[in-house]
Amino acid sequence: MTPRAGRVRKPGVAFFDFTCCEGCQLDALNLTEDQIMDLLRAVEIVEFREVKTGGCESYDISFVEGSIAREEDADRLRDIRERSKTVIALGACAHIGGVNCLRNLVPADAALQEVYGDAAGDYDILDTVLPIDAVIDVDYVIPGCPINPEEFARTVADLLLGKEPRLPRHPVCVECKMAGNLCVFEKGQTCVGPITRAGCKAICVTAGRHCWGCRGLVDDPNIDAQREILDDAGLTVEQILEEFRIYFSCGKEAL
Amino acid sequence: MSSTNIHVHHVTRIEGHADIDVILSDGRIEKVLWSVTESPRLFEVMLRGRDYGDVAHVASRICGICSIAHSLASIRATEKAFGIEVSRQSEKLRSLLFHAEVLESHILHAYFLAAPDFLGVDSAVSLASSDEDALRRAMRLKRLAYVLAEELAGRKTHPISCVVGGFAKLPDPRRLEAVLTALRDSLADLERTVDLFASLEMPDFARETEYIALTDPHEYAFLSNTVASSDTGSSPIEAFVEEIEEFCVPHSTAKYARHRRPSYMVGALSRFNLSHDRLRTRAKDAAERLGLVAPCHNPHANTSAQVVECMHAAEESISILEELLGAPLSSPRVEVVPRAGRGIGVVEAPRGLLIHDYTYEASGAIASANCIIPTNQNHGNIQADMEALLPSLVDPSEDEIRHRLEVLVRAYDPCVSCSTHALRVRVGRTEARGARP
Ligand code: SF4
Ligand code: SF4
Ligand code: SF4
Repeated sequence: MTPRAGRVRKPGVAFFDFTCCEGCQLDALNLTEDQIMDLLRAVEIVEFREVKTGGCESYDISFVEGSIAREEDADRLRDIRERSKTVIALGACAHIGGVNCLRNLVPADAALQEVYGDAAGDYDILDTVLPIDAVIDVDYVIPGCPINPEEFARTVADLLLGKEPRLPRHPVCVECKMAGNLCVFEKGQTCVGPITRAGCKAICVTAGRHCWGCRGLVDDPNIDAQREILDDAGLTVEQILEEFRIYFSCGKEAL
Repeated sequence: MSSTNIHVHHVTRIEGHADIDVILSDGRIEKVLWSVTESPRLFEVMLRGRDYGDVAHVASRICGICSIAHSLASIRATEKAFGIEVSRQSEKLRSLLFHAEVLESHILHAYFLAAPDFLGVDSAVSLASSDEDALRRAMRLKRLAYVLAEELAGRKTHPISCVVGGFAKLPDPRRLEAVLTALRDSLADLERTVDLFASLEMPDFARETEYIALTDPHEYAFLSNTVASSDTGSSPIEAFVEEIEEFCVPHSTAKYARHRRPSYMVGALSRFNLSHDRLRTRAKDAAERLGLVAPCHNPHANTSAQVVECMHAAEESISILEELLGAPLSSPRVEVVPRAGRGIGVVEAPRGLLIHDYTYEASGAIASANCIIPTNQNHGNIQADMEALLPSLVDPSEDEIRHRLEVLVRAYDPCVSCSTHALRVRVGRTEARGARP
């Protein structure tokens, strides 16, 4: 498409989903009315199967949600990569495998047998569930299970302005203290916040629970971690990871 | 003789991936097949071994759009297994949280997924140019439901504060006051929503089936332990799960379910058919304006029933909030002591009956889990409706076949992410002449 005089072509944005709960694509639209209208003015949503009929050949920005669990999905993902200028992993399932990786703790055929019984042979799945960067090159990540809608809006704005989207490098504990929360370790509970990448404002602790690590590890957990908290609790990075399997079962996050 | 196949691959505007295949032979419909092609999720395996404190966190991720329903079904299953009863205040807060999800999910489906078929646009996003007012109204209502859920549970998608035993944190009454005001104001938006959907023409089609939903003598039930069937009457959930049969079908990664007949229907239309007399005042009036009369056997009217339930959800939420805010909120949680045993947690998710059936070890870890999802209970009925709908079309073109089937499927608001998790329509034709390559 050639830009016409007086009208710049809007970037074509697409959403694709693989094995996941589709909560991240829904939360991408959990913005205010005005934020969504601004977004719709700035970009052209060219493919969004869940809310839109019709598709397109190539994309400026592709948001990919979900993990890869079948060979046919890996093929579809490679095809999306070839047709996209920028690929962004949307949410924990795409970024680190998300909760889907709990399936990796059980051999694939045993898992199928358990759910489908005698019909298990009709289904073909990969031995382990994969985050998308195990299959293709990924340009940026919007972490979280689910994503933080504000972070999504900021990432899109950065890309439209030609800026590099950046993720926080500090752990969740920093935001947790800023939110004024009492550390759950003081209540005798454990929390994986000291080694998890911030950006969610420690929402789970603020809502009365602890951090599960859905945003993945900080860049270098042995250096960037909130060490005092772990030391006071007498825990090593390895030990705390062992306790929090839900988002850390894909192998990729192993140290 | 030759045949043509119509294939709708990954039906759009539904939650998840599914396909429709139609084979036409000499202009006659020989076969129509609804199949779920989503990758198997294997949640039952993922839940096994999890500690009760993490179970709802994982179970919620079965579906992002009805994560509150999955969380609460999960928590209720665990509480039953442990023999825990939560406080009345917790029950009220849960009911409020639940109605927020009903409102959000139905607005999403009615405006964004179903309405474009009747407004002749490819997506609600196209409304930005044709009817910005409607689009903004839909976004406002959705947002309000999100805000209510955020105040109660920290987050709408995958709620955080609702836990086994009650709530990990109580909401701030001042902020709830603000939501109450916004809910009262939203009634005008909901009235206009009823007007919009009353002006749309629903396809004329009817096929009577078995309608199943939770029931309660005193209210329009979303959280209850009694199941009602239009065929067999009421039974406790524990008895009902013994009566239904789950089964696998080739080419579908979702399981199917049947009760007394080969298929049954769950969801807003079933609830309306079984409990319409317990709707709140404005909701009853909305049903009348939408031309919805029980018993209604047109599955397309499921969308109208959802609009009625949006109104009900707002009215109910206002009433619960008024009651809760009339007295100070007290201690949020009862003590939780795990024990070995089985518990069946059931809720009316926006798309229908949702059952989580867990067996726990004494340690508080899950020994086995089974989740029976609304869409899986509807698959058989979708197939039967397709088989009944197609012969009623007079000399349909391939496009018309495709369109009518997609509209039918969308009316069910299937959530294929849940049922494993997408929709394709494939139409094949077997013709006497003019063989196609
Ligand atoms: S990251 Fe979480 S919210 Fe997002 S799609 Fe995966 S399971 Fe759903
Ligand atoms: S360990 Fe958890 S609760 Fe404690 S400060 Fe860090 S994030 Fe907050
Ligand atoms: S607190 Fe932890 S688990 Fe919760 S959203 Fe943030 S990173 Fe994810």
